[in-house]
Amino acid sequence: MSTQQQEPETQEPETQEAPEDPEMKGAESPQQRRLDEKQERMVDERSESEAEAEGETVHIKVFRYDPEVEGKQEPRFDDFYVPFEKGMTVLDAVMYARDEFDSSLTFRHSCRQAVCGSDAFFVNGRQQLGCKTQISELEQPVRIEPLPHQEVVKDLVVDMDHFYDQMHAVEPYFQQEDLPEGELEEQRQSRENRENVKMSTRCIWCGACMSSCNVAAGDNQYLGPAAINKAYRFAMDEREDEEIKEHRLRLLEQEHGVWRCQTQFSCTEVCPKDIPLTEHIQELKREAVKKNLKFW
Amino acid sequence: MSQSYNRGLIEDYGRWKEFSAGMWAWIFHKFTGWMLIGYLFTHIAVLSTAIGAAQGETVEVFAEDLPNVEGTGLTEVDIYTATLGGLEGLFIVRLLEVGLLAVAVFHILNGLRLLMIDLGIGLEAQDKSFYASLILTGIITVASVPTFLKGVGF
Repeated sequence: MSTQQQEPETQEPETQEAPEDPEMKGAESPQQRRLDEKQERMVDERSESEAEAEGETVHIKVFRYDPEVEGKQEPRFDDFYVPFEKGMTVLDAVMYARDEFDSSLTFRHSCRQAVCGSDAFFVNGRQQLGCKTQISELEQPVRIEPLPHQEVVKDLVVDMDHFYDQMHAVEPYFQQEDLPEGELEEQRQSRENRENVKMSTRCIWCGACMSSCNVAAGDNQYLGPAAINKAYRFAMDEREDEEIKEHRLRLLEQEHGVWRCQTQFSCTEVCPKDIPLTEHIQELKREAVKKNLKFW
Repeated sequence: MSQSYNRGLIEDYGRWKEFSAGMWAWIFHKFTGWMLIGYLFTHIAVLSTAIGAAQGETVEVFAEDLPNVEGTGLTEVDIYTATLGGLEGLFIVRLLEVGLLAVAVFHILNGLRLLMIDLGIGLEAQDKSFYASLILTGIITVASVPTFLKGVGF
């Protein structure tokens, strides 16, 4: 027991303070850098508590609708005044409103770090991820609505079925059956090719692009930017055979495929992962033309 | 999920203040396109008076009223000349001609922008090229005003 008690005593100065060794000190020492950062955070936290003491609040207006509750069958906006915290996101604000004011406030959220793609809302007239949008950058009152052009199920929850149907319609999975030549049993991708499809792999299926697309709103059968981007990811993958790529392009060059895009750039504007959606759609248009136009 | 609420399409155009450059470019392109189609039909209607003129139909007009007829007093001119002259003598028609030029120039410049987009050139600068085509349209339209309004306003 005595040795175990001694251990933390000897280790404490090493972990809690900067070492005395001059070589480990200064700007080059990672520990020093971390300590400095910690100090900065402390300052941040102090200003945070100061802001709280001042009673700074954020005014949010949240869309409410619930077909099962009599008083909410007619859509309305509810006002919430949420105490502001430094670094507060739209998602933090609606979570606070739900936890502290109205537990019936309904919205999807999961990872809170722009990876799961659950919390795309229509914030101040723009499709944005709640967890990726800083309250401090928005004009107040912050108007939070469910995604447009999708049917509202309850409060901020929209029906995503159609979006998922479109995503699955482009067969978003690797279809190569044959293994490459040689002994390797893995499908290797060249670095150049990976770089080509890199941005398109970042899609998190949040549905912001589909919701922003004016054409998708008018044409329910249009695949939409997200699905076409998904198709791009596989059509441009060189590991798949030429026949598979042709099959993919046949899906895309239909009436409700790539040619519906009218280059409004709405999807590219709102994509929280900065995927150049319009560029990908345009590239697939060119591929489709190249496949069908033969001058020889 | 017993029921869901459809907010419909109308909200799109109610939110015009929040539109981005690409959206405005699309709307203006559609609008100018329809304007040009509309002009095409009136253009055909005016030109069709040349059919009568070819068969020697004439009307009597006062030469002073028409900018494209020389001489003075009651003159006999063919129906095509009379129609064109009558239209050109109106201030509103001259003004509409300036509008037509603006619409056509924007449609051409934005068409070039869309061509570039289709070729995959400069997609990152699509908003800047939209602003550029707007500014160029403005400059060309203003520069054309003295020519179009000669005789009626200038």
